[in-house]
Amino acid sequence: MRLEFSHISKRFGDHQALRDVTLPVPEYQSLAIIGPSGGGKTTLLRILAGLETPESGSLSIDDQRLDFSEEFLLSHRRSIGTVFQAYNLFPHLTARENVVLPLTKVHGLSLIEAHETVAALFDRFQLSAHADKRPAELSGGQQQRVAIVRAIAIKPRFLVFDEPTSALDPEMTAEVLDFIAELRAEGRNLIIVTHNMGFAREVSDQCIFIADGSILEAGRSSDLLRNPQNPLLVNFLAKVLRY
Amino acid sequence: MRGKFLSFFVTQHHGTPVTTAARIVSWCLVALLASAVFSFAFSQLHYGWNWQAIWQYRQKFWQGWLMTVAISAAALLVSMVIGLLTALARRSAFLPLRYSAVLYIEVVRGTPLLVQILILFYVVANAFGLENRYLVGVLALSLFAGAYLAEMIRSGIESIRDSQLESARAIGLTRAQTYRYIIFPQVVRQLVPPLTGQFASIIKDSSLLSIIAVSEFTLNAQEVNAFTYSTLESYLPLAVGYLLLTLPVSLFSRILERRFRFAA
Repeated sequence: MRLEFSHISKRFGDHQALRDVTLPVPEYQSLAIIGPSGGGKTTLLRILAGLETPESGSLSIDDQRLDFSEEFLLSHRRSIGTVFQAYNLFPHLTARENVVLPLTKVHGLSLIEAHETVAALFDRFQLSAHADKRPAELSGGQQQRVAIVRAIAIKPRFLVFDEPTSALDPEMTAEVLDFIAELRAEGRNLIIVTHNMGFAREVSDQCIFIADGSILEAGRSSDLLRNPQNPLLVNFLAKVLRY
Repeated sequence: MRGKFLSFFVTQHHGTPVTTAARIVSWCLVALLASAVFSFAFSQLHYGWNWQAIWQYRQKFWQGWLMTVAISAAALLVSMVIGLLTALARRSAFLPLRYSAVLYIEVVRGTPLLVQILILFYVVANAFGLENRYLVGVLALSLFAGAYLAEMIRSGIESIRDSQLESARAIGLTRAQTYRYIIFPQVVRQLVPPLTGQFASIIKDSSLLSIIAVSEFTLNAQEVNAFTYSTLESYLPLAVGYLLLTLPVSLFSRILERRFRFAA
């Protein structure tokens, strides 16, 4: 898929989250967005996911310009799969019900179809044993895997991950990252905000480095992460890779 | 030995659970103490009991009691509707609506129910030609309880994490669907225990409707007293009659509270 950001700005009160972001992202399968905390990467992702509207500028996804009206954004959100850091699942529903809900209420599947879809997916991703547990009875890693299954169950155009492992223990991080790598191997389109550089390098083909509201460097992940040009990116990579 | 004797009655926060024996003995002790105090109080009273006079009016007590049950049940239903609508209005983006809800909640919670009943009946209902005092009575109780319920429902809605609303948005639920499938099921679960408590309050508060001559339990007891001059014989059954209603409700509420705590 392709993206094109054009003069996108977004502010929250006094904080300028994005400053006139302009960038064409060439054809990619998987895009990583990296950068320091508070630099604007999550805001950029949320605009892509239709959860936030910029004050100015435009965004094209596969040459289709995104219309920032709420009506259009609702259908946009329905066409993509979004996974947040944590607490994606609704606590009063079981794992199975969490995945069934959008299928029946948003995507018009019958209850039987939805349950069949969910059973097949849970079976494939080794979650069947946990299908009838509520989120509180699942580990953080299992919760994230269920959330990812919920995102792919709707057959999304692409998947959006906002630091999907930053709230997890190291073991669970591996469990979730393996899952995402598997989705990439299936050929799905992904956009990931991550702090994990090793993972970004392994799983993405394009990478954007964003700090202080501006995109400072973008390019093929293998080049950008191995051979950074921008001094801020050099500095950032040196810091996150030190330990 | 003495320490051991005392520790029989003491429950530890993290220790062994209370034994059935300790529970029974403690309850007996409390019952003994209470009856001692009241027997003494009543024995000091030089009072000629006249239960026969009251027995003649048993039908009147029974009818009053039934009326109290009916009024309380109706008020509970109406107050839930009022409470829900007010809670939603209180969260409305349209400021005049939101402030109306704030005004209503604050005025009702800041004034005595007795005053509200009087004003509602003698001023408001009168002005609008509403003459049925039972209707006004149910309305007064509902408006009173509705203000408290509104705040309970609101805090229930607000206890739902933003991250859940965000997830609901991300999977493409509309605002109405988010309320229907995400917020309300969780709020209802939280609300069941305080709601039963509220029901017990409504039952007791309904006694104030006697002031506008709604023929409920308290008014009937007052009338029996007026007919027989047997004050205590009229009011003791009154107390028992209310307890017969409120004790099961509060017991039920405690069971629900325990059940939902584990389900969370």
